[in-house]
Amino acid sequence: MSTITDTQPDPATRTETGRARQRRRLGGGAALSLLAWVIGIIFVMPILWMVLTSLHSESDAATNPPSLLAPLTLSGYREFFGASSGASPWPTIANSLSAAVLSTVVVLLLALPAAYALSIRPVRKWTDVLFFFLSTKMLPVVAALLPIYLILQNLKLLDNIWALGLLYTSMNLAIAVWMLRSFLAEVPVAILEAASMDGASLLRTLRSVVAPIIMPGIAATALICFIFSWNELLFARVLTSTVAQTAPVFLTGFVTSQGLFLAKVCAASFAVSLPVLIAGFAAQDKLVQGLSLGAVK
Amino acid sequence: MTVAVETRRPQAAQPNGTRRRTSDWVRRAPLLPALVFMIIVTQLPFVITLIISLMNWNAYYPDERGFAGLANYSRVFTDVNMRQAVFTTILLTASVVLVSLALGLCIALLLDRTFRGRGIVRTMMIAPFLVVPVAAALVWKHALYNPEYGLLNGMLTWIWQLFGSANPPQPDWITNTPLTAVAASIIWQWTPFMMLILLAGLQSRPLDVIEAAQIDGASTWQIFRFMTLPHMRQYLELAALLGAIYIVQDFDHVFTITSGGLGTANLPYAIYQTFYTAHDYGRASAAGVVVVIGTIIIATFALRTVSSLFRREISQ
Repeated sequence: MSTITDTQPDPATRTETGRARQRRRLGGGAALSLLAWVIGIIFVMPILWMVLTSLHSESDAATNPPSLLAPLTLSGYREFFGASSGASPWPTIANSLSAAVLSTVVVLLLALPAAYALSIRPVRKWTDVLFFFLSTKMLPVVAALLPIYLILQNLKLLDNIWALGLLYTSMNLAIAVWMLRSFLAEVPVAILEAASMDGASLLRTLRSVVAPIIMPGIAATALICFIFSWNELLFARVLTSTVAQTAPVFLTGFVTSQGLFLAKVCAASFAVSLPVLIAGFAAQDKLVQGLSLGAVK
Repeated sequence: MTVAVETRRPQAAQPNGTRRRTSDWVRRAPLLPALVFMIIVTQLPFVITLIISLMNWNAYYPDERGFAGLANYSRVFTDVNMRQAVFTTILLTASVVLVSLALGLCIALLLDRTFRGRGIVRTMMIAPFLVVPVAAALVWKHALYNPEYGLLNGMLTWIWQLFGSANPPQPDWITNTPLTAVAASIIWQWTPFMMLILLAGLQSRPLDVIEAAQIDGASTWQIFRFMTLPHMRQYLELAALLGAIYIVQDFDHVFTITSGGLGTANLPYAIYQTFYTAHDYGRASAAGVVVVIGTIIIATFALRTVSSLFRREISQ
């Protein structure tokens, strides 16, 4: 909107109607800004409500109309983290962390060389390879669930968190290859040529020239892979039981208790979501490029 | 495609045959671990699924295992629950994608302007995408939809009290409109995704051309209709298709909010149940193959869109 005022030739030549139109536009602009704020608040409301409820006592959380100004307490979090009631969530959080970290590390180890072979020194038919990776991401995981269950059963790897981590690797590898390829493709050819002209070896070029440029891209890729692994429910639910249970599976299981549990549910949901919220905001600048597989910048 | 390769990295003078073959393998080497891993972990299970789908195999009756031909497929297509699940999947995916796409476009247009606190609003908009899906579904089910003390009915009480009424309506959201309740929670999580892609699309518009149109007296609506929308078409397609790939597979919200009850069981949930609860491996596999075929149809369009964006990028 403001561009239109910039392109006006000269304040002196503006007519009365021009100024009126400009004022109307400014008024409309304020209304649109307000609308943006209102929609933003509506979208963030369930999260704010989750956090507020998690800080209330169970009896204050379950009132109608809601008691906004009830005293704050950490009892919901104490309940969830196992002060009184049965199972502790810590082993499941440790499992989720193990699976997510393992899969993220393996994804990067496999995807970085692959992305290099698809961008800086591309193999022949490299676009076909890229689209093969992408097509695997489009197959529904639920169709692979049964055979994977049977294979893991035969290998005695059911309820094993490392096996789950490797499955998450296959889930995220295609995304990571695409993301890293798009970041590597941004490395200017001239820099690489200059490095090789100066006699830098391949490893040295990679370490001192390529790595610093694509570090933010690698970090964003890692964070997005971490988020998808941390969130996963279906595989974790079917392939793990007691030893390797992950945090999302734990979440689905613990709302069976009688009586009031709303503050505890909200505390649990927020506690489990917090790592993802932090990772997501950390990757915010590269989130679009990552989620659109590098197609959008 | 090959043209692009040459522009990216001009090859040195053509070496002789064997040297070229070795250099090909040197180029391929970094790619192989990822490629082999991917083929083993993703293609092998589908081959097994295909084989099991032709078998009579229920884990409760291990002695009756044998070749079944296409019996599982005819059971999938005649089973009322499976047909219902196919219908639910299409309805759920289409409604969630369309609504979140439309909302995402409106919000992206609002955020494509400079105003006070734009960064904060953008951050607030992204947040729903960054809540663990199970956790989001739990919060929607218990803290928002609960008929006695959920936020939705609590707000109805407030509004009715404001007008001095003592009996506000207190609907039981999940029982009355189960599919809408599930869809709303998924829309809430996926609108930010659509918004981010569409906002990036809006910001990649050629501003000088738009300014030129403004100087030539084009109205805001004309600019939107004839310049912004055509430019946005491929971004809309990309957002819709990538979103559809994830939303078709949604399991977490259906599982958490309704446990597949009240007609909300989509295909992922129905297959999960056939396999996990009924232990009918043959039928679950046949249903899986049907889902794969359905997904390939969507995926073909998705791949075409991505590759057209992609080709434009590498030809630059």
